[in-house]
Amino acid sequence: MLFQDPIPNTLGYMFAGYGIFFLVSAIYVLSLFIRNRSLKRDLETLEELDAQK
Amino acid sequence: MSSKPTLLKILDVTSLILLGAATYLALVYAPTERVMGDVQRVFYFHIGTAWVGLLGFVLAAVVGVAYLVSKDLKWDIIGVATIEISVVFFFITIMLGSIWARPTWNTWWNWDPRLTTAAITELVYVAYFMLRAGLEDPERRARFGAVYALLGGLSAPITFMAIRLFRSIHPVVIGTGQGETLPLSSDMKVAFFFALFAFTVIFIDLFWNRIRLGQLESKVEQLKLKVM
Repeated sequence: MLFQDPIPNTLGYMFAGYGIFFLVSAIYVLSLFIRNRSLKRDLETLEELDAQK
Repeated sequence: MSSKPTLLKILDVTSLILLGAATYLALVYAPTERVMGDVQRVFYFHIGTAWVGLLGFVLAAVVGVAYLVSKDLKWDIIGVATIEISVVFFFITIMLGSIWARPTWNTWWNWDPRLTTAAITELVYVAYFMLRAGLEDPERRARFGAVYALLGGLSAPITFMAIRLFRSIHPVVIGTGQGETLPLSSDMKVAFFFALFAFTVIFIDLFWNRIRLGQLESKVEQLKLKVM
């Protein structure tokens, strides 16, 4: 144990990795949500226009 | 568009719980690797995202064949869904790999066969969306997309096999060919297999949500053509 190399401190890289994972995942899920909401609005408008025809 | 099915809502919640549990196992439960330190913990999500990323690309190739045989546009919606999610997951895989490489290889990036084939695979599927954006006719877009996904699907097994076929510094984790199938401690194996399971469920959940979005897009597109 006396001559064993210490475990390197790479904690910052680990946090960077998980930070990027959660950030990219959150952006993607948010993009799904925003696109869904926008398409639903478009659909409502188009249905109204179609009914007026 | 009908409201979200109950089963999908349950799957959304389950995915979140599984993601939380996988994070706990990777960051807390799994022991610290002695040579690399804590950065080794990104390995669990690196492999998890790579697994679903490559799985999605292969699935897209199969779906492409289904479209070319049936000419049913529902297969196009499914194909786009799987490729979009895989592009996101595979981007994360590459980013995590790069972060792991910095303290381990002393560089963010090198042109190792695995890294090169992974980058090419990602770019191939980014180009898939550029190709689609340039085509207005839905049937032509679906046909081109299906053929592209079919040919692009070859890049997934090439990426997986790159470290086995060529000389590479990238670690071989599964099937090392040296008698040891998975060089991990038992606690690490728990975190590893749980991450694989969690990401499979998360992929299914996102896939279902994205297919519903695709159906909505298709409905809006059809109605636009009718009204305009």
